[in-house]
Order: sequence, then structure tokens, then C-alpha cells
Amino acid sequence: MKTVDIAIVGGGPAGLSAAIAASRLGARVAMIDDNERLGGQLVKQTHKFFGSKAHYCGTRGMDIAVILEQELRALPCAVLPGTSVVGLYGGRVLALASRERFTKLEFKCLIVATGAAENNLLFENNDLPGVYGAGAVQTLMNVYGVRPGTRVLMVGSGNIGLIVSYQLIQAGIEVAAVVEALPRIGGYHVHAAKLARLGVPILTSHTLIRAIGKEEVEGAVICSVDKNFKPIRRTARRLKVDTICLAVGLTPLSELLWQTGCKMVYVPELGGHVAWHNENMQTSLCNIYLAGDVSGIEEASTAMLEGRVAGAHAAAQVLGPSLEASQVITDSKAELCAIRKGPFGDKAACGKAKLAECAPLPA
Amino acid sequence: MRERTSSPKDKGPGTKDKVLGRRIERHPILTFADKDPVSFSFEGRPMTGRQGETIAAALAANGVRLFRHAEKTGRPRGFFCAVGKCASCLMVVDGRPNTMVCMEPLREGAKVERQRGRGRLL
Repeated sequence: MKTVDIAIVGGGPAGLSAAIAASRLGARVAMIDDNERLGGQLVKQTHKFFGSKAHYCGTRGMDIAVILEQELRALPCAVLPGTSVVGLYGGRVLALASRERFTKLEFKCLIVATGAAENNLLFENNDLPGVYGAGAVQTLMNVYGVRPGTRVLMVGSGNIGLIVSYQLIQAGIEVAAVVEALPRIGGYHVHAAKLARLGVPILTSHTLIRAIGKEEVEGAVICSVDKNFKPIRRTARRLKVDTICLAVGLTPLSELLWQTGCKMVYVPELGGHVAWHNENMQTSLCNIYLAGDVSGIEEASTAMLEGRVAGAHAAAQVLGPSLEASQVITDSKAELCAIRKGPFGDKAACGKAKLAECAPLPA
Repeated sequence: MRERTSSPKDKGPGTKDKVLGRRIERHPILTFADKDPVSFSFEGRPMTGRQGETIAAALAANGVRLFRHAEKTGRPRGFFCAVGKCASCLMVVDGRPNTMVCMEPLREGAKVERQRGRGRLL
């Protein structure tokens, strides 16, 4: 059985950044991802990032994935793509399954960077083929070059809903409307304005109540909602669409963390159940870390910073403290703090603050 | 692989046009390099996908959205997350049930079938 200092599960922005930070500090790292390609959900993000130069501002997500992977490949880190973690034994050993073999891997520290899964929504026929997550649509269009349909209803006007709507249009697909249950648009104005200029109606205080179709989506019924989000049935109308795209939030993929036995808490602002963690991204078990969406739904920029904190802190735990490690941790924390002070950072900041209030009792 | 380019196997009525329509040919940001075609079958019907894509992507490109029927209700299901998390896309591939086709690479000659319920191993 192989032994590493740090095993990292998930090769998205958080996991890659953690692996780079830890490997640079001299830790022996193994990076495990169930996809053949590293980069996580960055590989389908064709839009340019906002923020400062340090956060890859002006660079497309898919290009950031390539930059991070190249950085990692230049370091002595074991990369295991196409591999799933299927078990955890004694809190020290991971069971790994790839297409070819089943192996075990012993670790001193574990960083869980498994990301999040897309939420479904409650409406009639929500299981019909043609009801897709926004991320699924992005994967199909931007990774494989396949159109998911010809006319789409987008549900949710957060940044994902707005960006994917624009990408649908770029792929030659019509967007019939974007519906949003809240009385205001959720995402950045700049994304909403692009859609408005293209004539896509963004219907606030509206919801989807039914998908029409027998074997697959042939239409959708939408209506407006009152102040308490109750559908006003008399306002119901049909839209002729063949695809319904849901951009209604994400849930952290915490299964592996549950299995470690670390303290779990329910924080709605972070997207559901998350492992309790301190600002070093350490869970209630001192050798188990987490980073990125699995620690609370945010964005790739914060995921990368959290990854650096987790990677550097875990490396310092294994190799002993160093000036370089402290520097990475301090700088990344300061940047995280700055991002979360921004207009869309308050939700995550509030969720993380809730964690601080429920610190686990010392063992 | 190469000679198949000149004799596409998808000769079903009108399917070739539809295949072209579902593939993104022009895009303001992305370029999709011409990948080698991969022949496979869906419910016994010959279809063509591209090298390097998943079975789910190849099916979507061929206009197939109904992947399986749910165990208790028999309701139709397709993929939902396309990243190997939700298990909505389980199909029978080369006789192997419960294959998550949104993650499964398309292979030449793959035999893809809709799954009913839990699928049968024997």
C-alpha cells in the first residue's frame, strides 16, 4: 500500500490549488479525481472571471483549468484521474477504484474538495427527460459541442442561470425566458443586461409549475408568485420549449466527510450540511480538511483560495511549520476576506460566521 | 477509423441532418475539432458519435433523451447532472446494467440499451 502525506479528493479549482500549495511546500501529495480530465467544473466555463489579476480576472474558467493543471504537473505530485474514492478505513486509508484496478492509499492528512451537486426543484413532471441541471447543459454544450435542445426555459436568475442562458444563445439555442421566484434578479447586472439586450425576458416573481410532455419535455407552464412565493394559478401560461434548465442552487457533496465522522452542521447559507471547519479549513478532526464548494457554496475564486489555505496548512501539519506556509495561509485568508466583503460575498461570510459560533468542544 | 468518415453509418430517415443540427459547428469562443467518428448501437439502431465524448453526449447528439424507465413508476428518465453525481442516466452498456453513461466514454461498437428498473445482471 502506498502512503502519502496528503491525499486530495477532487481536482477542481479547490483541489488543484491545494495540491499545488502543498506540493510546493514539499509535501508528498496524491490528487484523486473521478474524471479523466482535471479542472472540475472549470473545464466548461467559457466566461471570463471577475476580480483582481491574482484571481485570474479576465481569464476564462476553462483556461484557468489548463493553467492550474500545468502548474500541478510540473510538481512531483501523483495524479490519479479516472479514479473514484469508494471507501475510507480507520480514518487513514482510502479505497480507490479505477476502471482497471482497486487499490488502497494511506494518508496523513486528507483534503476533501469534492464540490457540489446541482439541486432539483419541486414541480410536476420534474423527472422528465429534458429537465437538466444548468451545469449539465454547460457540459453538453461547452465540453462536447452538443446542443441540449432548441428552445430552453431557464429557471433561476443567479449568476449561473444568467451565464448559462447567455452561453445557450452563443451555442445557437433560443432561450424562451428566465424565471425567478424572487422579486429581483439574483446575479450580476452585467450578465442580466447582456440577456436583456438580446431580448430574453427575465421574469421575476415567476415560477415553473409544470413540465409538459409524456416521454420528454415538450413545454412548460409558468405563473407569477405572490409575496409568499405562492403560485397565482390564474396567471399560468404555457411556453413552448423542449428543454428546462434548472439553475436553482447547489448542495455540497459531503458524503466522504460524513464518513470521516467529523462534526457536521446544517447551514442554509452554505447550501446545506457542511463539515464544521475553522478558518484554516480544518474540520473537527485535525487531519481532515476541506476546501471549495463542499465547505459552502461559493465560486471558483474563493475555492482556489480555500484550497491554498488547506494545502499549506496540511503541509505545515505534516512537515512542521514554515515561514512560506504561514505566508500562503495569511495572504490567502486576507484575499478571501476581501472577496467576501464584496456585493455577493455576504451570504458565504454569514454562513462561515455561523460556523465560528458553533465550534466543536475540544476532544 | 478514417474510412468511416466518407461512409457514415447513420442512414436512418433524416437522422444525418438532425445529427448536424445538434452538433455545434460555429461558436464565438469555442472550436470543436473534427474528431473521429465512433460507431455504436442504441436499442439495436446504428448510431455515430465522436471520439472522446461520453455515451450521454453521443446519445444527445443523436436526439436520444429517454435513457431508462424508473423502477417503481416506469416513468421515463434522462440524464440530469451530466457529471456523475445524480445517477439518473443509468443504462445497459454491453450487457452491463447501471452504467452511468454521463461519465462512460463512448467506445467503438458499444451496445447501448435503455434500462428498465434495476437492470438484470444474469
